[in-house]
Amino acid sequence: MNRRSWWLTALGVLFTAVMLFPVYWMINVSLTKTSNMRKSPPNLIPVDATLSGYAVVIHQQLPYLGTSLLIGLGTVALTLVLAAPAGYSLAKLRPRGGGALSFVLLIAQMIPAIVMAMGFYTIYIKLGLLNTVWGLILADSTIAVPFGVLIFAAFMARIPDELLQAARIDGAGTFRTFASIVVPVSRNAIVTVSLFAFLWAWSDFLFANTLDGGGSLQPITLGIYAYIGNNNQQWNAIMATAVVASVPAAVLLVIAQRYVAAGVTAGAVKD
Amino acid sequence: MTTEQSKARSAARNGDGAVLAAPSRAQRARSRSRAQLAAWGFIAPVVVYLGLFYAYPLYRNVDLSIRSYTLASFITGDAPFAGFSNYVNVIESSTFAPALINTTIFVFASIAFQFAIGLALAVFFFRSFRLSGVLRALFLVPWLLPLLVSASTWSWMLDSDSGVVNSFLQAFGIGQIDWLTSPRWSLVAVLIANIWIGIPFNLVIMYSGLQSISAEVFEAAAIDGANGWQRFWRITFPLLRPVSAITLLLGFVYTLKVFDIIWIMTRGGPGTASTTLAIWSYQLGFGSLLPDFSSAAAVGNLLIIIAVIFSLVYIRARRRLELT
Repeated sequence: MNRRSWWLTALGVLFTAVMLFPVYWMINVSLTKTSNMRKSPPNLIPVDATLSGYAVVIHQQLPYLGTSLLIGLGTVALTLVLAAPAGYSLAKLRPRGGGALSFVLLIAQMIPAIVMAMGFYTIYIKLGLLNTVWGLILADSTIAVPFGVLIFAAFMARIPDELLQAARIDGAGTFRTFASIVVPVSRNAIVTVSLFAFLWAWSDFLFANTLDGGGSLQPITLGIYAYIGNNNQQWNAIMATAVVASVPAAVLLVIAQRYVAAGVTAGAVKD
Repeated sequence: MTTEQSKARSAARNGDGAVLAAPSRAQRARSRSRAQLAAWGFIAPVVVYLGLFYAYPLYRNVDLSIRSYTLASFITGDAPFAGFSNYVNVIESSTFAPALINTTIFVFASIAFQFAIGLALAVFFFRSFRLSGVLRALFLVPWLLPLLVSASTWSWMLDSDSGVVNSFLQAFGIGQIDWLTSPRWSLVAVLIANIWIGIPFNLVIMYSGLQSISAEVFEAAAIDGANGWQRFWRITFPLLRPVSAITLLLGFVYTLKVFDIIWIMTRGGPGTASTTLAIWSYQLGFGSLLPDFSSAAAVGNLLIIIAVIFSLVYIRARRRLELT
């Protein structure tokens, strides 16, 4: 390494440190004692650290975390079941009107969530889906499904046609080809879509607050919101909850790095 | 990659013909319509889904906006037709002008800073140096965090008395700024948080845009004696124009929808100082004990119209760009 690139690294570290300072601050505050919270200037590093914030999380927020997990997994399942076949069709089966559908999926992502929330509210109030986990899973899936279809279509377009041709010559029908060739080969796309669908469902606040505001099972975003709304001064507990709520994002960062980067068909066709 | 694919495809097609001999036209038509049936079978669930969970809520929203709904109307199903009067009321409301101005400032300032910083960082990280991949990955963190988490963290950082930002500014002799509670600063405060969240997205897309520019172009420019600054403005930036355009459009659409950040940090306040159209729509529909769903839906639909107009302008501009 020459001297010049060493300086670039130093500069890069500095930029990253500035960018990530709020994340560090969240962790720092989560470890700060309530008595030190209003100290001026604040402690820049968690000297005199306490885990009491995290104790509060364990005592009060576990049900919220469980609900978020359930909603996230439900959203992932629904998104995959809907998006993977549609992506395959758009990429390889050339359906009539496929272009129009892709366009609609693009447009669909432009609709503000507040508009969707209002629409869902009027429907749910009639169907009795208000304040239910199922209603929230359905609503959250609308964030991920259009994205999922487009991602699957993009990934699956790169599957070599020889592979599908070979399956057809072996006598596999369209569904069989999809289930036993396309799905296994698309593992990376599945992981990518799942991770994002989970993360979005996990992070959703607007749908949760409008459609599940009075529910008995509420996600973690509402758990944090209730803390803030109560004019609660226990910022270490709020920030500890925020840290715990950020864990899926960290997991996604570590795993997706590996999966997204890997080529879709790597290892499937060796030639 | 693409040429290889099409080569493979035509090779496969030739092989196909040789194996199966020439099928009759009727046979071919039948197998084609069967293939269409299968193709549609695979997308049918999503089409039904879009109808039920996109089109129908949207239709309900339009219906809400042209009737006068109250909470009771949901139970009785009885809401008198109101035509465009909800829209007229919304536009004549004293909140409309500030909300529109705040939305415009919020959207354009967010995009300008996110894009400029994102592009600068993309160019920076594009130079190869040790740890550049790891650091670039770390830059994604703000984008992946739940918005509620980012918003509450920024709320506490920008707290008037105990926020770290104010105590940092104090070290430079700048007095206390009431970021979240003064009408002068609240829009700036939510802007700072939103720009922070949007930088990673711009960085990632612009970085992939840089990757698609062939290295030969840069080499040729370097041989011709262009310096770094000239190379950026004369070569990199023009070549990035298509990627920039789509990034800016996506940024526009996303920023127009922003709700969580502003709601958590300021609730649109104080007064209407940081109220955007999205926030106003929520306030009308869910923010009080006396919900006004019809006006809320009207504001929401105005938001959609703005998004669509900008997208059409974008598509037209792109077409003109392609023609020249």
